Amino acid sequence: MQKIDLIQKPFAVTGRNAIFLVQELGRMALFLSSGFFHIFSRPFQVEKIVTQVHFIGMKSVLLICLTGGFTGMVLGLQGYYTLVKFGAVGMLGPAVGLTLVRELGPVLTAIMITGRAGSAIAAEIGIMRISEQIDALKTMDINPVRFLFSPRLAAALISFPLLTAIFNTVGIFGGFLTGSLLLGVSPGVYFAHMSTDISMADIYGGFIKSFCFAVLVITISCYQGYYTHLREEGFGARGVSLSTTSAVVICSVAILAFDYLLTCFLL
Amino acid sequence: MTQPLIQFEQVYKQFGDHRVLNGVDFDIYPGRITAVIGKSGEGKSVLLKHIIGLIRYDTGRILYQGKPMRDMNRKDRKELRSKFSYMFQGNALFDSMTIFENIALPLKEKNKLSKTVIQELVFEKMTQLDLKDMDHKYPSQLSGGMQKRVALARALITEPEIVLFDEPTTGLDPVRKKGVHGMIADYQKKFGFTAVVVSHEIPDIFYVAHHVAMLDEGRIIFAGTPEDIDKSSNPVIKSFMQGMETGVEDRVE
Repeated sequence: MQKIDLIQKPFAVTGRNAIFLVQELGRMALFLSSGFFHIFSRPFQVEKIVTQVHFIGMKSVLLICLTGGFTGMVLGLQGYYTLVKFGAVGMLGPAVGLTLVRELGPVLTAIMITGRAGSAIAAEIGIMRISEQIDALKTMDINPVRFLFSPRLAAALISFPLLTAIFNTVGIFGGFLTGSLLLGVSPGVYFAHMSTDISMADIYGGFIKSFCFAVLVITISCYQGYYTHLREEGFGARGVSLSTTSAVVICSVAILAFDYLLTCFLL
Repeated sequence: MTQPLIQFEQVYKQFGDHRVLNGVDFDIYPGRITAVIGKSGEGKSVLLKHIIGLIRYDTGRILYQGKPMRDMNRKDRKELRSKFSYMFQGNALFDSMTIFENIALPLKEKNKLSKTVIQELVFEKMTQLDLKDMDHKYPSQLSGGMQKRVALARALITEPEIVLFDEPTTGLDPVRKKGVHGMIADYQKKFGFTAVVVSHEIPDIFYVAHHVAMLDEGRIIFAGTPEDIDKSSNPVIKSFMQGMETGVEDRVE
């Protein structure tokens, strides 16, 4: 009997986890579709969207400038010492620009916003769940998904591409700082090659990624907070802390996984 | 006898292995205050949450004006929900909003009233509930009693037809308790709403309630007037009324 149990157990665990995963993905898809639909339902929540653009976007500008600047500076430095071996330092501008526009800009921006705003959103909504504030919304006949998720989703769709653009711009100037001002690459060469070697398709690709990451980060963060009460591992404050951690971890992994998938399609 | 507004018919609810409602039969009459009493952890709040649909029952039926609530279509259910208001035991105030925003929220989200009208209504309610000059503060900056009054103001701001109060006087001093009970009775007389009040305040709640129902071990063991419950010979009710816990051993003895 014990032998049969030992054989069955791995299958049972795998099956249970697979069912759980499918249920979670289904619930998240419904959550996303409902939230997206309510962005366009009347009356429009303009005030709430502006507030969230300020929280997700405006308050992240300094962080994005700092990370963008240092990323560009490192790229300039590393790129220079690699290219100089092949006598191709003239390609430093396009190397830095393409790396930022296609990959690092959207990915790092999304990861930074996950850490700053995604975790805060998961915690805020999680606390609202455990203190019955979400139930209170329901009793007032206010749709909680529309009230809590839709404005954040709309704000993220506005903020992520703009923050990515800021990251890219600051990053390119960071690369210019190390490549041209510190290591002596001609500024004209740095920027001239960039304008010829970076196409609009590269820029569009980067923005497509940032839109996708906006949806991913905000959906996962809001979902983790919203369903804090369904967690089996912990309730109350512990449940909120687990939701916040899950939001950051799942978002970070999802950003990298989707980045690979999107790159496959875009190239 | 008036036709009940809301009826529970053999309602069962189980959380995991714990059965909270064990075949509840219970009537709520229109334009009346019904008090639900019982020991802590007996499922009084769960019963209240079933009325507004925050919790779904396992089996049984809950009827509104004779129609099963679960069979209602989306539109009817939405319309019905707009008639309800709920005051939570833990207040459930939005802690990132000011007191003004908390009270104004149901009006702002559900009505097409102008900002001036909303402001007037909110300030009127705040004055009635002794919350003057608190509009710019946040819930965490108020005492427990004040938070309770804010929750009450929010529950009454939309002038609902049915108000569900989940222990509205917990954490209040005796004077405020009487004030809240008095206010529930006054508002009920003035607006004629139906109220269901979950309460531990015995005998205070009997002075304002028209009907009393007692929940014990997942069942309604008494339903009647406050005068009748005083005369009840049921030992569980008697010992509860005297403020004593009734153990199995006591009953065997």
